[in-house]
Amino acid sequence: MFEAVLLTVITAATPILIAAIGELVAERSGVLNLGVEGMMIMGAVIGFAVANQTGSGTLGVIAAVAAGMAMSALFGFLVLILVANQVATGLALTILGIGFSGLIGEAFIGVPGLILPELYIPVLSEIPFIGPVFFQQDAIVYLGFALVAVVAYVLFKTRLGLVLRAVGNNHGSAHALGYSVIKVRFMAVLFGGGCAGLAGAYMSLAYTPQWVENMTAGRGWIALALVVFSSWLPLRVIVGAYLFGAVSVLNLHAQAVELDIPSQLLSSLPYLATIVVLVLISANRRLTLVNTPACLGKPFVPDR
Amino acid sequence: MGDDVEETTLSEENGTMIQQRRSGQDTLLDARGLTKRFGDILANDKVDLVINKGEIHALLGENGAGKSTLVKMFYGSLEPDGGEINWQGNNVDIGNPAAARELGIGMVFQHFSLFEALTVVENIALALPNPGNMTALAERIQAVSREYGLPLNPGDIVADLPVGIRQRIEIVRCLLQEPQLIIMDEPTSVLTPQEADQLFLTLQRLAEEGCAVLYISHRLEEVKRICHHATILRHGQVVRECDPTKETPASLASMMVGADVASVSAAEQKPDIGETRLGLHNLSARAATPFATALNGISLDLRAGEVVAIAGVAGNGQGELFDAISGEMPVAPEMIKLDGTPCGTKSITWRRKREAAFVPEERLGHGAVPGLKLSQNIVLTRHATGDRLVGAGFVSTTQAGLLEKRIKQAFDVRMSHDDPEARSLSGGNLQKFVVGRELDRNPGVLIVNQPTWGVDAGAAALIRQALIDLARSGSAVLVISQDLDEIFEIADRIAVISRGYLSAAEPASDMTRERVGLLMAGEAENQGEMADAH
Repeated sequence: MFEAVLLTVITAATPILIAAIGELVAERSGVLNLGVEGMMIMGAVIGFAVANQTGSGTLGVIAAVAAGMAMSALFGFLVLILVANQVATGLALTILGIGFSGLIGEAFIGVPGLILPELYIPVLSEIPFIGPVFFQQDAIVYLGFALVAVVAYVLFKTRLGLVLRAVGNNHGSAHALGYSVIKVRFMAVLFGGGCAGLAGAYMSLAYTPQWVENMTAGRGWIALALVVFSSWLPLRVIVGAYLFGAVSVLNLHAQAVELDIPSQLLSSLPYLATIVVLVLISANRRLTLVNTPACLGKPFVPDR
Repeated sequence: MGDDVEETTLSEENGTMIQQRRSGQDTLLDARGLTKRFGDILANDKVDLVINKGEIHALLGENGAGKSTLVKMFYGSLEPDGGEINWQGNNVDIGNPAAARELGIGMVFQHFSLFEALTVVENIALALPNPGNMTALAERIQAVSREYGLPLNPGDIVADLPVGIRQRIEIVRCLLQEPQLIIMDEPTSVLTPQEADQLFLTLQRLAEEGCAVLYISHRLEEVKRICHHATILRHGQVVRECDPTKETPASLASMMVGADVASVSAAEQKPDIGETRLGLHNLSARAATPFATALNGISLDLRAGEVVAIAGVAGNGQGELFDAISGEMPVAPEMIKLDGTPCGTKSITWRRKREAAFVPEERLGHGAVPGLKLSQNIVLTRHATGDRLVGAGFVSTTQAGLLEKRIKQAFDVRMSHDDPEARSLSGGNLQKFVVGRELDRNPGVLIVNQPTWGVDAGAAALIRQALIDLARSGSAVLVISQDLDEIFEIADRIAVISRGYLSAAEPASDMTRERVGLLMAGEAENQGEMADAH
């Protein structure tokens, strides 16, 4: 039983983990993309459709990443080049994604899907209990952890990461020093879009291998909350994703065993947790100031 | 061999060279016919400028004369529309700041270009093309900063550091690029006199080593003191070149403005001191954020008919003190009294109705709403003080428009069309407007924070004279300023704020710059603490 619960927690946590780490990179560069949900659902439908048509899960995943990036490129063009309002554009992107994915996915409703193969890591996967939980997952689960590690390393140990943080902290100064704010931000936004697309592919190719309209069901919003929850620190995203994943699984199991807790209350737990964390981190203002991208959501127009 | 000898030879050389074109063997940068246009405005019109090795070259001019535009073209952050830049004899195209740094041109910015959330070493690494290993860079920073007498701790986060140290970071960052030309945009505006002296020593040492400095400043005293050559811009054109050591601040100012600058007269009339209008009694407040300053037992009596100035380096509690007096930050009622009435918790409107007026430091965003017209900005501060601007809840645009014209004329606010948005005014013009808006009311108590920050000589003289005239007509005026020249020009009494402590206000005639400098550097604290204990 416990093993089964743990397995479902991993599958619940993986999509929000991947979407959140992508959004974290975008926000560290100073761009608030509220369109995560829209990019994710587009990734889900395109990933499902391509896998279904070609019979290849890998191609499906690649197509989903490309779809997420295409959506984020549209967002980047609007907010970075045309300097549109980031909040409004992000909301529009979500609405567009949900609507458009429904249109594309109409033909695929009820069609049985592909499921990504699980990777059995030799020897390790044979260990009882630990093996099935940690070493018999599909590639995207491992990829999620790898992404977090790479993002953490790049952000804090490389020049690229330093430039990214600098752009998010003070775009005027970064520009004055000769860095291309728009370019850095566009790349970060594209990375965020790719991650959201990958998270979407996980939904339609691993989590529930089928297409259902609006199947991401608010996970994009949870990912956004998760970025704040993690106070923009990559490693904390893992903690948060598993916490939020566990809460959503708990929700299902609680209903199954007919626990007397309203399911609405349980589903709201991630958001309540985010509010609590926001209050806690704002108590330590110095830490907030150091980690919160000061230019988050602010438009930048170079004076050249 | 003493430093003085070297300096005199240098300036003599420059003196003879002014007549002909100064470019020669030692020429580092030779700009010819640089032109930059923004829309209809010609910001730089065929500017010629020659900078030689080892020279501290002053670039002077009023606000909007085109100084910043010119140096931004040298630093690659603006592209010239015409003309050419020769660097060490070769024609160069400086496409971006990185290219400028590669040539050996460094810049220390007026508004700091530091990243608050990053450490000192990270900030410096961002400006270097190949910073290499961070630990090695940190060691280099420590070595260079100590060598030039600008010690830095590489691991500190910038947000925790005071402005003086932040400027050090900028300078050390610039030095690590091993530049041959350093451009400095108003470097001393945030320093104590002692810190400024240290900077001058560093600059002189750099010049001796052959590095050239292009120095922008509004403080003509220091230009005369340290610069070897000066180029003066007016309306985007070079109007004069001179040897500042042979000029006086007044003659430099008149070259900038193109006319004699009216000198401000304070001492001619003895102040006729009346009743205390504004009283601060043991005013204390906790710091609202980790980067704010706490106020510690501040006491001051501001009397009718006098100008009291509060000197101090930026970030020592001036903003907090202003917020408490204006009512933006509530404090205990007894701590602030207007004409004897406790008002620490009263609103800004309540205080305005009792003849008080306030001009905050930040003119755009705090003093005026950028996107609103000037007349609308007038309504915002004067709606409650009887100009018939508001009747039965409706705004009288006619009345506001009349006021706007009156202020515009009285304070010479220049605008391209009638009643523009606040953001479209240049800094100096907007400052004249926000000060003028309150002075026009003839307030009984006026509190001004940095009345002439970033304002050119002509406009500054106008504002200062208006402040003195207001006091002589029987009002109480409190000026918070970082500009010592200004303070000694207009104040009857001077107090110094340091880390939220205020020294006792002493008659200006008893104060010297050295004493104010010492108080700024922390003696005000001791004095303030002693006053606390009593």
